[in-house]
Amino acid sequence: MIVLDKVNKYYGDYHALVDITERVENNEVLVVCGPSGSGKSTLIRTLNRLEEIDSGKIEIDGRDIHARGLDVNALRAGIGFVFQSFNLFPHLTVLENCTLAPVKLGRATKLEARDYAMQLLERVGLAHKRDAYPNALSGGQQQRVAIARALAMRPPIMLFDEPTSALDPEMVGEVLQVMRGLAGEGMTMVCVTHEMGFARDVADRVWFMAEGKILEQATPQEFFANPRHPRAQQFLADRRRD
Amino acid sequence: MLELIDTYWLYFLVGQYPQGPLGGLVLTILLSGAALVLAMPLGLLLGVARVSPYRAISLPVAGLVQVVRAVPLLLVLFWVYFFLPAVTGVKTSQATTMLMVLVVFDSVYLAEIVAAGMRALPKGQLESARSLGLGYGAALRHVVLPQTLRHGLPSIVNQLVSTIKATSLGYIIGLSEVSFIATQINTLVFTQAVEVYLILALTYFILCFGLSRLAFLLERRLQRPTAHLVQAS
Repeated sequence: MIVLDKVNKYYGDYHALVDITERVENNEVLVVCGPSGSGKSTLIRTLNRLEEIDSGKIEIDGRDIHARGLDVNALRAGIGFVFQSFNLFPHLTVLENCTLAPVKLGRATKLEARDYAMQLLERVGLAHKRDAYPNALSGGQQQRVAIARALAMRPPIMLFDEPTSALDPEMVGEVLQVMRGLAGEGMTMVCVTHEMGFARDVADRVWFMAEGKILEQATPQEFFANPRHPRAQQFLADRRRD
Repeated sequence: MLELIDTYWLYFLVGQYPQGPLGGLVLTILLSGAALVLAMPLGLLLGVARVSPYRAISLPVAGLVQVVRAVPLLLVLFWVYFFLPAVTGVKTSQATTMLMVLVVFDSVYLAEIVAAGMRALPKGQLESARSLGLGYGAALRHVVLPQTLRHGLPSIVNQLVSTIKATSLGYIIGLSEVSFIATQINTLVFTQAVEVYLILALTYFILCFGLSRLAFLLERRLQRPTAHLVQAS
């Protein structure tokens, strides 16, 4: 369970996150949406401390993630993060990308890590690419490897920061497919995404953000049928026009 | 010219060795090699320190880099050879002096190469390594530096080539490296200056060009798995 309590963040004078107070339940699939510059990415990046906050508190499973003496590496090892730009390691093969962290962090022996990585690659449909280097893969394939790489640490929580925004339209589906699978298995997921179809079908809840605030939180049924906040109505109308 | 080579090749190669100190081409190669072997880890360390998020670490290194870059190697050689013994009372040999100066210069220039490479690497590389739970050191070691060094290989070889050529400055403090020896030979023969210095020039060329080619081949072998550019698109 992730609990945010009056979280504030500034970039200089710019108030990027304003008094964010919300919670994400275990096994919940949450979609965060909103116009660009609304603070969605900033928010999701605070959850594994890729971004620091200026005030407030974030608790994950009852632990304050800014507590003194907290091992930030151990925190991050338990939270998978998928980037918009994939960020695979280009000097390593697909399989090595997936085994690097578990082996170097002593979570698994080389053999165990390879076994598990192969299972994960199988699952994202890329076992046959195990020895390929990332630059030989399409964007959609790279993002699926990135998901497998994150899963290799067996994290109970996965964060997705616009995982399909850098993809050609025909590759979006294969990545969402993998994410749907994860959601079906009860993974706790926070997804910043513009894929409203995914939100509608898979999400348990939607947060709508603008100007650093969560303006609306609702089930996807409520949100899409009956958005309450004018900004959310505007946002959805713009989406439909696309 | 053949007679010249026939008479002096051993002197050219090793100086007065074994009667005197080792010199000539072998000394030049040994000095350059030792300088790079010592400077490489130092340069790596300084380079990482140069881009450290902690100013207490990065600022002194930045200062050192600026100073060393702005001073001619020859001047530092003078200082270390003539001035330092006066202060410390310890007289260092020409070879040791040269090696020390080369290591300082090389490590600073290598540090700049490493630092530039680290800055050029997409930020997402460090971020994704850190978000998997790797610490800063592990992320540098396994993700950032392997890519930095691979991309920086041409510049590193460039630096090694410079080092080989820089050893010729040892001539000034009487270090019997290959240029010094060539001058000695020229004095002995007296009438064949063109030939002597042509052979010297050829020697440097073969050494440096050979090294560049070697690096080129190495680079081609490493080429395959790079191209982070593709990933960013």
